[in-house]
Amino acid sequence: MTLLISVFAAVISTLLWYKNAPSNEMKFGTLSLMYWGASLMWTVDAVFEYAELGAEFFTPAAADMLNDSYLGLCVVALGLIIWMVSLFISDPKGIIKKALAKKK
Amino acid sequence: MACFLVPGTEAIVTTVVTQVVKSREKNLKKKAELEGTHFEEKIGTSFSTKLGWLNKMLWGGSALLAFEHVWHGEVIPVFPFLTAVKEGETLGMLKEMGTAGVGMAILVTAAWIGMVIVSNAIEKRRADVSSAEKEA
Repeated sequence: MTLLISVFAAVISTLLWYKNAPSNEMKFGTLSLMYWGASLMWTVDAVFEYAELGAEFFTPAAADMLNDSYLGLCVVALGLIIWMVSLFISDPKGIIKKALAKKK
Repeated sequence: MACFLVPGTEAIVTTVVTQVVKSREKNLKKKAELEGTHFEEKIGTSFSTKLGWLNKMLWGGSALLAFEHVWHGEVIPVFPFLTAVKEGETLGMLKEMGTAGVGMAILVTAAWIGMVIVSNAIEKRRADVSSAEKEA
């Protein structure tokens, strides 16, 4: 479930990047690459798990699925936080800079 | 156990390489400006930008996987930070890093190589079209 949720997050962020291209103001490319990296890594994890468990891999217990879904959502949230922090640090629209300049 | 350490280590190496490539490109840009040619036109998307794609995949993936390991109690906030080492399963951990960890690093790098090949092909086609238009 974690892999599935991260793949969905990667696809959605890639579509957002595509919709906004060539403008890179919101840095959706960074977000999508982050999720794709994690998805590819979890794919390898899934392959090794499948090699170990066989068909049982596709029929997880309900409790495990729930825990994995919860983890997947937390992973997506963490990815969004990392992306937001990196967006605010680079501040491509200069909004943070303007806000700080106003306060002074 | 600690498979994310392999792509994480690769991320450190590729970040250093990116910085070196970036400084070389800066020098080339200066040289191109002196010669009166346009650097961006000369090479299309810079290689350091392309390396940036790999860095983002490796750093992002490793960070999210590290979080998963914390979630499962495989990474702990006290020394030695890895449950496997604490419980004397270092050999098993190293074996997992050598199989799953290396597999992760290879797959991400292979995906990046694919992206670079496609990007280069698109840039080459664009360059061919623009030079054909100039000739006409």
